[in-house]
Amino acid sequence: MKNKLITACVLASATLFASGTYAADQVRVALLVKALGIGFFEAAYRGAEEAKKELGDVEIIYTGPTSTTAEGQIEIINSLIAQRVDAIAVSANDADALVPSLKKAQQRGIKVISWDSGVGKEGRQVHLNPSSNSLIGEMNVQLAADAIKAKGKKSGTFAILSATPTSTNQNIWIGEMKKSLSKFPNLKLVDTVYGDDLADKSFREATALIKNHPDLDVIVAPTTVGILAAAQAVSDLGLTGKVYVTGLGLPSELAGHVHSGAIHSFAIWNPIDLGYSATMLAYNLVKGKGTKTEIPMGRMGTLELDKNGDGAMAKPFIYDASNVDEFSSIF
Amino acid sequence: MLKRLIYSREGVLSIIVLAMFFGVGVISPDFISLSNSVSIFNDTSILIMLALGQMLVILTRCIDLSVAANVAFTGMFVAMVNQYFPELHMSLLIFLSLFIGALLGAINGLFVWLLKVPSIVITLGTMSIYRGATFLLSDGAWVNSHQMSESFIGLPRYEILSMPVLGWMAVAAIILFFWAMKFSVWGRNFYSAGGNPMAAFYSGVNVGKVQFYAFLVSGTLSGLCGYLWVSRFAVAYVDVANGFELQVIAACVIGGVSIVGGLGTVVGCVIGALFIGVVNNALPIIGVSPFWQMAISGLVIIIAVIANATSGKDKARIILRNPNANDEIRAN
Repeated sequence: MKNKLITACVLASATLFASGTYAADQVRVALLVKALGIGFFEAAYRGAEEAKKELGDVEIIYTGPTSTTAEGQIEIINSLIAQRVDAIAVSANDADALVPSLKKAQQRGIKVISWDSGVGKEGRQVHLNPSSNSLIGEMNVQLAADAIKAKGKKSGTFAILSATPTSTNQNIWIGEMKKSLSKFPNLKLVDTVYGDDLADKSFREATALIKNHPDLDVIVAPTTVGILAAAQAVSDLGLTGKVYVTGLGLPSELAGHVHSGAIHSFAIWNPIDLGYSATMLAYNLVKGKGTKTEIPMGRMGTLELDKNGDGAMAKPFIYDASNVDEFSSIF
Repeated sequence: MLKRLIYSREGVLSIIVLAMFFGVGVISPDFISLSNSVSIFNDTSILIMLALGQMLVILTRCIDLSVAANVAFTGMFVAMVNQYFPELHMSLLIFLSLFIGALLGAINGLFVWLLKVPSIVITLGTMSIYRGATFLLSDGAWVNSHQMSESFIGLPRYEILSMPVLGWMAVAAIILFFWAMKFSVWGRNFYSAGGNPMAAFYSGVNVGKVQFYAFLVSGTLSGLCGYLWVSRFAVAYVDVANGFELQVIAACVIGGVSIVGGLGTVVGCVIGALFIGVVNNALPIIGVSPFWQMAISGLVIIIAVIANATSGKDKARIILRNPNANDEIRAN
């Protein structure tokens, strides 16, 4: 009996030891997203899994709060520090609030990169933008111009429906949109409103936009919740084809509204590529590959970093009735 | 009669709501048009129904924080059923949403009734559990408009006498509640169970059971609203109605439902919900800076509650006798 017990103890400690060494071989990358249950981030996770297949020695920890709050992310960062992951790749709900806990993570030897929605410079080593902000801003205005052209008009007006007034990436894109207006002399921006990424508030704001600006041609919503709510509001008001909705969204979510005619075209980078690149970057940082100005990211080529450690992955891609169905099955 | 109306809670609140409504009308005349008034009521329908359910819970000295999570779960559930079995009849789906909602409400109610756990603790827990379950159910995927059948999206939008079915559902709920709370013993029990649980117990009212019924009704309405929500916005995802439970409770409090139980009316509750509805619809029209919007919403809520508290002294419940009465007894 006693012997049996000793054997069991030895076996148990052996397995523990074995699993310990096994875990040490694996590079543990935490993909921390704004909130769980958002299609965009689920697709990014698929990309991370692709990177894992390619690399072999990576373990992906896909995590995020249940709603898009900085507090929720801070709690998770603290638990990731306790778990001693090798790298954290975060898409932040707040640029500043996460910095202290991410600093702590870096002090413990964890490599930190931000992607999609960035954090302050002290909080991370690298920030991966899905595209460059100026390209995204210009693309959104280009989409508005395309929609006005689709109406058969030479010039027209558009309004912006954003997420929260404090959203980091939204505000940068809106700034870039305003900058690129000089390239589109026939376009006029009449209003910017905020739907807080809540379906009901976005719906109400979109309805109010149409009521406040009777000659409005296009609503540009650079947010997935906003573009859906605005498209639904246009459909419900029976203004399909009179007011076009465009912006950034996912093919799987917008296919219906593209076919109904509420949306002429919209754009998005490929979130699968984004999750893939973020994972590759985190892995290469842990392995000590790359320099201050260049880090390889597998099949997506090389990320060129500026002096702030920011880099852009690729240019956003336009989806319309001709190709939306082909992509809606993917993400 | 008129004097009584003006001095009642509901009267004061109605005056505030109407003043706001016409005040916005000065800035934007279209706001007070009949069609816009109908659309504001329609937009507030879900809030009204949830607030009526919440009112029952608050009357019995409880609180239900899980209503919005219930909306999200049930909404996702029926949206997914519709996605995979688009030929199922709508009446079945409505029944399903009522049933699932009731089930989630019953879970809260049973804990409160049988285990005597404080409702704020239970519903704080189930609020997270139901949201989490929504996530597990959908695996984080959205159900989008093109994955819903035409009748699924069309039903709440179908117009009868130029008001959508969604609005008529709220009207039906208001009438039903008004009747139940005024004329049925079942409805009156909510007041007695919350107003004076001890007295209710001695007069044969099972307080725990009444609390269970309150949660059951609140859950059932949340379930129905779950379907209505995902259908109206033509999308179901985990974050649906995030934080909405606070608006529901605010609607009750503004409407004069006493947070300590036993006091509140259907009319007050509806006006409280309409108050929030008017504010929500007015803010984008006036074009207030988004940074001010939240502060203004909070401020008007506080003003309404203060106006409520100072109007109409509540003579219904004498908890302490006149303090001078004791002196008289001593003097004798």
